[in-house]
Amino acid sequence: MAWFSKAPEAPLRVPTEALWNVCKKCGAYTPKAEYAANLKVCPRCGAHGRLTARERIALLADEGTFEEIAAEVIAHDPLGFRDAKDAYAEKVAATRAKTGIGESIVVGAALLDGIPVVLGAMDFRFMGGSLGSGTGERILQAAEAARRLRRPLILCTASGGARMQEGLVSLMQMAKTCAAIQRLRDEGLLYVSVMTDPTTGGVSASFAMVGDLNVAEPKTLIGFAGRRVIETTIKQKLPPEFQTSEYLLEHGFLDKIVARKDLKAFLAKTLRFLTAAK
Amino acid sequence: MATTKKPAAKKAPARKPAAAKKPAPKKAPAAPSAWETVQIARHPNRPLLLDYLAAWDPEACELHGDRLVADDPAMFAGLATIGGERVVLVGHRKGRTTEEKIAYRFGMANPDGYRKAMRVMRLAEKFGLPIVALVDTAGAFPGLDAEARGQAEAIAKNLAEMSTLRAPIVVVVTGEGGSGGALGIAVGDRILMLEHAIYSVISPEGCASILWRDGKMAPQAAEALKLTSGWLKRLGLVDTIIPEPKGGAQNDPAQTAETVKQAILDAIAELRKIPLDELVAQRYAKFAAMGRFAD
Repeated sequence: MAWFSKAPEAPLRVPTEALWNVCKKCGAYTPKAEYAANLKVCPRCGAHGRLTARERIALLADEGTFEEIAAEVIAHDPLGFRDAKDAYAEKVAATRAKTGIGESIVVGAALLDGIPVVLGAMDFRFMGGSLGSGTGERILQAAEAARRLRRPLILCTASGGARMQEGLVSLMQMAKTCAAIQRLRDEGLLYVSVMTDPTTGGVSASFAMVGDLNVAEPKTLIGFAGRRVIETTIKQKLPPEFQTSEYLLEHGFLDKIVARKDLKAFLAKTLRFLTAAK
Repeated sequence: MATTKKPAAKKAPARKPAAAKKPAPKKAPAAPSAWETVQIARHPNRPLLLDYLAAWDPEACELHGDRLVADDPAMFAGLATIGGERVVLVGHRKGRTTEEKIAYRFGMANPDGYRKAMRVMRLAEKFGLPIVALVDTAGAFPGLDAEARGQAEAIAKNLAEMSTLRAPIVVVVTGEGGSGGALGIAVGDRILMLEHAIYSVISPEGCASILWRDGKMAPQAAEALKLTSGWLKRLGLVDTIIPEPKGGAQNDPAQTAETVKQAILDAIAELRKIPLDELVAQRYAKFAAMGRFAD
């Protein structure tokens, strides 16, 4: 066979992404193992990468103490929704299989540095962390468990907002989750909202913003309307720091920005301080 | 008056997760398509808050300001008498003329608007008055100042506080119920909706541009979103559909104002019979049941 008609051999290389994490903010290469050991925070620029719900729970709950609540509540398809390509029911089933979780949030009872809490963590891999009916129901059940058990509630958000494939049912989860949390707070219990990247749309405009304490990780995207929508509406460019946790802190909507490595210690200290008398 | 009967149950209908197959409904709820309904809901001559107010109570007393930074003209709040009933009225204010539309930001409120509405609704709680919320907005205003002053926080706080407000709350979706900007004043004991109004988590155009990657697919998205009164009643998210004159409210605004008034009075009369503790408990149960599905 002539050399020029020979099929080229497959290049001898392992894809970069398999061994290295490439920071989305600064482009720095970090060995995967080192990146994981650093809690998925870029060692060069400090950008906080996204954690899965299970990783977040492992970060905050004492080992072996997390008992999941409402695991049987899973995403439903109330509208029989179908877009140009996919049926929502199929998409959500595939997402369930891929992520191993039934909805975009995992909630449960746990100990945090020995303190009994109810803890929830959203997972951006699940339909962009969107707020579906199952998500809302899980949050409601978490809030009701916290009330029943007289424990603080901690919810870590990571979401693009409402899940439009569930239509108005999804929008109503904003009211539902806020109602559940308001009841909890009215009974003198503590609710801490931990916003992680991203926390936008209907999630920012509901349970994420009504914490007794609102905290966020550094450089987290937090906002109601999308950047492009705003730029088109007001016909001007937005400053780069717009809708970051630093911007929200400056404008008075966050109590504190807490780095991931300090998050558990911060929560433990604050929970002890506020609830010591009870 | 030709209002539909009060809701039989607060619970959302139990539904199986739909099969992957086309969920073709057996019979469409109403004659106009979803996209035609969107056009009626946005019709330039559709009665607005200002028209309802003029018909019900030209002497209504508007109350201004959120007591923090501003008075948002896109949100009305005030004291009105509807058919002899003293109420606190809040609602999105769109304009009719171009000048009005610009002045009222096309009915898209800033955080100041939501905070003003909440402040005035507290008066109802204090003085034992029912609240009527008229919903008609494309959404909360997407702006730099709106974000800087906490659009998300303002809406979130309203959702939380309205859920326990000790006053009867009647919500009427009169035109466009646009997403969080609509919901920010729409946590109530009775959710009424005009026949050809729409209520949706996202505009059909927005949904089409994301899921179809083409804003021109809005008619398909409108259909898929089930944003019409008939569908929303079936889904248990709306209690009462208020019928409109043939072809839509714009064809007979006076008659529409009368029908809506009667529906509001009926709802208030019904809610007045419920003790406040019970009312707040029922409101919680109502929203808790939304999106809860039996397998």
